[in-house]
Amino acid sequence: MRRICAILVAVFCVASALTPMRLRAEERIKVVATFTILADFVRNVGGDRVEVTALVGPDADAHVYTPSPADAKTIATAKLVVVNGLGLEGWLPRLVKSSGGTARMVAATDGIVPLKEAPGGHHNVDPHAWQAVPNAKIYVENIRRALAAIDPASTETYRANAARYRAELEALDREVRAVVARIPPDRRKVISTHDAFGYFAAAYGVEFIAPLGVSTESEPSARDLAKIIAQIRKEKIPAVFLENITDPRLIRRVAAETQAKIGGTLYSDSLTDEKGGAPTYIDMVRHNIKTLQDALDK
Amino acid sequence: MLHDILIAPFLEFEFMRRALAGVVALSLAGAPIGVFLMLRRMSLVGDAMAHAILPGAAIGFLVSGLNLFAMTFGGLLAGFAVAILSGVVARNTELKEDASLATFYLASLALGVTIVSMRGTNIDLLHVLFGNILALDDQTLLVIAFNATVTLLVMAVIYRPLVIECVDPVFLRTVSRAGAPTHMAFMALVVINLVNGFHALGTLLAVGLMILPAGIARFWSRDITGMIVIAVASAALSGYAGLVLSYHGGVPSGPAIILVATVLYVVSVLFGRVSGLLRQWFPGRHLEA
Repeated sequence: MRRICAILVAVFCVASALTPMRLRAEERIKVVATFTILADFVRNVGGDRVEVTALVGPDADAHVYTPSPADAKTIATAKLVVVNGLGLEGWLPRLVKSSGGTARMVAATDGIVPLKEAPGGHHNVDPHAWQAVPNAKIYVENIRRALAAIDPASTETYRANAARYRAELEALDREVRAVVARIPPDRRKVISTHDAFGYFAAAYGVEFIAPLGVSTESEPSARDLAKIIAQIRKEKIPAVFLENITDPRLIRRVAAETQAKIGGTLYSDSLTDEKGGAPTYIDMVRHNIKTLQDALDK
Repeated sequence: MLHDILIAPFLEFEFMRRALAGVVALSLAGAPIGVFLMLRRMSLVGDAMAHAILPGAAIGFLVSGLNLFAMTFGGLLAGFAVAILSGVVARNTELKEDASLATFYLASLALGVTIVSMRGTNIDLLHVLFGNILALDDQTLLVIAFNATVTLLVMAVIYRPLVIECVDPVFLRTVSRAGAPTHMAFMALVVINLVNGFHALGTLLAVGLMILPAGIARFWSRDITGMIVIAVASAALSGYAGLVLSYHGGVPSGPAIILVATVLYVVSVLFGRVSGLLRQWFPGRHLEA
């Protein structure tokens, strides 16, 4: 299937013959993104000029990921490595060095003002900047600039793709704000297992309270759990959320003891595969905001 | 005041009551197993078996997702396979039990890691395989209680040959052929209780609640019955005190329980009535008739 696509693209390129320097499909720029959300951004900006691989695949957790030799090989042949930065991929610099590749590295969060991390985590700043849609536009701009630097011949394509995608993101941003505005202000707070939503909370005014620290590695103590239950009871928090990567049993227990509603799944750190609820970034944000609305609306 | 510290957490929060029930059930079954492991100089076997079980549980997860029964069943199967194979080799060849067990558990671990990575998911299996003592749902609690009940019943049946095999296996072989089946049944119990511990304690520390209480008991009693009683009591006490520590001190619960057991162990080593260090350094006067 991929080969047929490649041939079609090649035929199309030759036939159109607008620019003699057109890259053929085999000469697509190889880009490695550390996780699926970044890969989706790269795909949207690069279009068919790039071939994107995500090191940490769908539904996996970038916090506790360990690279395999195959990943080192992928990086060694890549032209560009897109990372999130803000301390999310502590393992990556070593991997790039040991793979012996010549890839340029770009941190997609360049220029984003980082939030302080919630207490109890391991990073100094909260790395989950992509959860606020305005930040996603900065990601896209950084990726566009990096792609243009590597492949100047296609600068215009990248600019057009990025502009189109940015317009989609702006529409998405308005959509999210409209949904949040419909939720009564005193109900705009939820509990979630993994506080990856700091930027979302700051941008849209929905309070996220987590029983665990930012990293999914730490194990909660009885005190943490008791505190969170007491807090839900006291502040009458309407809903608790499961995520696609941490222990759902813990959240079910909290829900059982507080009569809070279990609000479905919020996607935070990774997209799902094609069949799941969030195969692209825009799908993910839409899914999350719909899930929030269902849980918090009366 | 004391009520606030020791009892109120359990009255106020259901998860504390569930955790306590789980840890007591674990103590009832696991601690006697630990005593026999210790008496048979197999204390580290528990640890080896824990590693043998993991791959089975991982495969269960890959086949049917986060399903308690599939994972338990996979773990039991892998554990039994390793226990039986190493038992067969040990009893029929020159190779000793520990060496053959080491071989098979490493093979099991390697196989498990291979299968898991072939499926290519990077979900942290530790989060999936291990439960959390603070998040025991009805299903998990029932599985733990059921396994504990089965363990105690089987123990009652094999108790006599098991004790004899601990103190004088050659004698047992001359009077009965129950040795091998007893050993197998015992290893099966070890596996069941380890799987149990995973669900509850949430880490490899599950082994700790089996072995540490046995070590403690050794310093306070000379006969097996006494040891078992003390082991169960100290396991349950560690569980309770660990939960209280986790509640007030903010320590993760699994490690808290094992740390309390470790403190009890150190105290026992120092002050134990039977061969405790203090006892040896300052022996009492010889009693004379």
